[in-house]
Amino acid sequence: MAAEAAITVDGLVKRFGDFTALDGVSFEVGRGEIMGFLGPNGAGKSTLIRILCGLLRPTAGRAWVAGLDVATDPEGVRQRIGYMSQKFSLYSDLTVAENLRFFGGIYGVPREALDGRVAEAIGIAGLAGRDKALVSTLAGGWKQRLALGAAILHRPSVLFLDEPTSGVDPESRRRFWDLIHDLGAEGVSVLVSTHYMDEAEYCNRIALINRGRLIALGTPHDIKQQAVDGELLAVEAGNFGRALAIVRAAPGVREAAVFGRSLHVVVDSAAARGPEIEARLASQGIAGASARRIDPTMEDSFVRLVGEAPG
Amino acid sequence: MTDAVVEVEGLSKRFGAILAVDGLGFSVGAGEIFGLVGPDGAGKTTTMRMLASVMRPDEGHVVVDGIDVLAHPEQTKRHVSYMPQRFGLYDDLTVDENIRFYADLFEVPAELWRQRAETLLAASDMTRFRTRLAGQLSGGMKQKLGLSCALVHTPRVLLLDEPTTGVDPLSRREFWQILYGLRAEGVAMVISTAYLDEAERCDRLALLHRGRLMYCDTPAGLKARMPGAMLEIASPEPRRLRDAVQGLPGVEGVLLVGIGAHVHVDDAAARLPQIAQALAAAGVETTRMETVAPTIEDLFVALLERGEKAS
Amino acid sequence: MRLRRVRAVAVKEVLQIVRDPRSLMIALLIPLMQMFVFGYGVSLDVKHIPLCVQDREASQASRELVRHFGASRYFSAPRPLAGQGEIVRRLDDGTCRIVLVVPADFSRRLNDTGAAAVQALVDGTDSNTANIAANYARAVLSAYSAGLRLDTVQRRGESLQTLSPVDVESRVWFNEDLESRNFIVPGIVALVMAIVGAQLTALTIAREWERGTMEQLVSTPVEPMELLVGKLLPYFGLGLMDAAICLALAVFWFGVPFRGTLFTLFFTTSLFLLVVLCIGYLVSVSIRSQVAASQVALLLTMMPTVLLSGFAFPIDQMPALVRGVTFLVSARYYVHILKAVFLKGSGLTALALPILCLAVYALVLVVLAARAFRKTLD
Repeated sequence: MAAEAAITVDGLVKRFGDFTALDGVSFEVGRGEIMGFLGPNGAGKSTLIRILCGLLRPTAGRAWVAGLDVATDPEGVRQRIGYMSQKFSLYSDLTVAENLRFFGGIYGVPREALDGRVAEAIGIAGLAGRDKALVSTLAGGWKQRLALGAAILHRPSVLFLDEPTSGVDPESRRRFWDLIHDLGAEGVSVLVSTHYMDEAEYCNRIALINRGRLIALGTPHDIKQQAVDGELLAVEAGNFGRALAIVRAAPGVREAAVFGRSLHVVVDSAAARGPEIEARLASQGIAGASARRIDPTMEDSFVRLVGEAPG
Repeated sequence: MTDAVVEVEGLSKRFGAILAVDGLGFSVGAGEIFGLVGPDGAGKTTTMRMLASVMRPDEGHVVVDGIDVLAHPEQTKRHVSYMPQRFGLYDDLTVDENIRFYADLFEVPAELWRQRAETLLAASDMTRFRTRLAGQLSGGMKQKLGLSCALVHTPRVLLLDEPTTGVDPLSRREFWQILYGLRAEGVAMVISTAYLDEAERCDRLALLHRGRLMYCDTPAGLKARMPGAMLEIASPEPRRLRDAVQGLPGVEGVLLVGIGAHVHVDDAAARLPQIAQALAAAGVETTRMETVAPTIEDLFVALLERGEKAS
Repeated sequence: MRLRRVRAVAVKEVLQIVRDPRSLMIALLIPLMQMFVFGYGVSLDVKHIPLCVQDREASQASRELVRHFGASRYFSAPRPLAGQGEIVRRLDDGTCRIVLVVPADFSRRLNDTGAAAVQALVDGTDSNTANIAANYARAVLSAYSAGLRLDTVQRRGESLQTLSPVDVESRVWFNEDLESRNFIVPGIVALVMAIVGAQLTALTIAREWERGTMEQLVSTPVEPMELLVGKLLPYFGLGLMDAAICLALAVFWFGVPFRGTLFTLFFTTSLFLLVVLCIGYLVSVSIRSQVAASQVALLLTMMPTVLLSGFAFPIDQMPALVRGVTFLVSARYYVHILKAVFLKGSGLTALALPILCLAVYALVLVVLAARAFRKTLD
């Protein structure tokens, strides 16, 4: 395995009875890299994270985390990783400081270092001065940052985040990602799972996963470029129902669907077909229609790549 | 949108010290998809519950289909379908049995519901799963079954509380195509979502924040209110980029993303050269610099910031 | 109330019950187990009380007395003790519950005066057993002295009548053997029905809350009464099956004589079942967690039925205030009815009053249960 890789996954398979949760997944995560795992619920994201944390044994294939084989040395792996789940795993009837001291204790943070680390985590969470507040009184965004602070108390070199931003408002989500980027800059490798397609933007690289298989791996920009077979047009027209039928019959149109009150149309060339479609709609009595080129979204990529994948 | 099917005025609900919904007012017309958008805790679910008359507001009026919901909660229930977040499906009943149960509760004549069930299941590609237990369906299929149950009595108003949470993008698209079909039939729909990218599919949006309606407009109208523009700057050193750009005149915010940073500026044309100059001076390497369309999330954060500054 | 919606709810419940074989087994096995546990565990008969004897005389007369005790099925074979110290020790360690001390001058006094005293030391830690043991001891002694008196009289050539002018001959009706099981087992049927019945429905609403189906249910036009009837019907059927199991065990396994009619039995059982099902439903409506609802239902049915229904502890022996409270315990009427139907063969007319009480009780609970369910999440 490469010296620089913080996580190496090689042909990982996990079956639960007849059900194949992971079907030959391979990838690497470099030191300080933020890698996103994107997929719907049940795609295999949580199974993968649990195997990498040494909580589940793979059926086949191997995986190394921080240089250790997860199947043969799960305890060693657990010492070197931080894990934060979507439920945040905080005790709501303990205070901020009590929670952190507890997690520091179970992660085996040395006593003399504990006070400093707890103070640091409180700072990261932005909870300075509120260390005696009960966790149950905190809003979602604070809890999330506190959970992150707890997960990195023992200075792990690899951090796993399982759907960390579920139910957090957009501002808190942005602050959270700022913290993740800070960690990446310090050399911590981060593997994040999420089903929010737009969240992929925050990652250095993303892996799209569906039914236990990797269907794409690359930077968000690259993946979005493969999203559509051609270019994407947004067509605004008064009577979009009738416009849909007209657009579908137009030359160079590969796909067309209703999106809100407009149409999303995949064409071979946006520059050529845009004006053509506008003219065609006008000639059939739909005046004032406009067609402009738009960037495909991560969801567009996902839908297309899943559609292409065999099985 | 001449005749409002759902009218809400001064709606408030308090839970102890928390004002969950604070003086909400909006109206939804026949054949309109109205989106309630906001993070968890913004008051979406509470609002939905009050519209479905399963929760009584402390203050305000709700008129659904000409009937005052507060005065006659049971009367409105015949014309309204409510799909709560957890779908209300019985896991130990089959697909058919679930649909039949709701058909019976709404007293749909036997031939009519059989026919409707067939159409609904065919439209959502579920016909071959009719005898499967609901508990054994995937998230996407559960959601489509939930919708079929909600539609079996041909409601005039459809209330959907976060129907696409945790559902894969393919199912999500299919789901929206079904909603567009209902829109064409004149059904008024209120849909809540925490996925900001999904909000663009609605006809009109209400941005909710801490129980209050911050903005209410069409997605295009909301985007037009977004002050300034968004620049995407790709760089291998995003943190140095941020330090160099932050504080420049006209820069309203910098958000680190996987490939670099998103920089929110007041005027793209004017600021782009200035920023390029500043980055070159600081020696920050950049690979690409372009204006991108702001997402609804960008919009949300920008509008909230503006709202907070104003208040 | 629309029949169609009631049927929809009932059909749904039946499907859910049938699809969950584990809980169905529990619903049918628990009463079976409880019948055995309570049927064998609760008995007011005291037999083979450990008996020790200190015979300080060891005469023919004293040995004859001890033999009388040994022959009785109430006492174990007498165990001889040596001195005062051993008496205390044996009572302490529980080898003896009752010690019979025959004084050294027993025969002499008996011959001289025609009367002699023996001492019975009873371990009073279990006052119930102590009372019964003392009573049995008295009974054995009086039988012994009656025999003696007869001898004396015959020896003196006097007539029996002069000595015993009045002879009470008591006859026990309905439970001729005075077998306490005959009187307790019908009560246990009531106890088991109360516990199981309330458990059946305690989960039914709480489950809908826990699984999140309630939110959609309350958004439909279903009326509270329709929901109540639809939900109770299947459990009513299951409850009747339980009742059949319990009653069959009572008659065929425990051998309790059954003298009434099956119609009276099932009519009254249905009324009681309705009461306990409604109790469970009420609990389920007010407590939205299955575990908590199940515990509260258990507490609400088991405690009053055990203590206040008169199934084991006679109501007329209770203080007036407690006796007043028993009128609020539905099982009280059912226990009364069951005992009468089983042992006396009483019919509907003879039991009109308790049946009426039970019916009123059921009616009130049905109304309460229908009203308790509110179609709101507040």
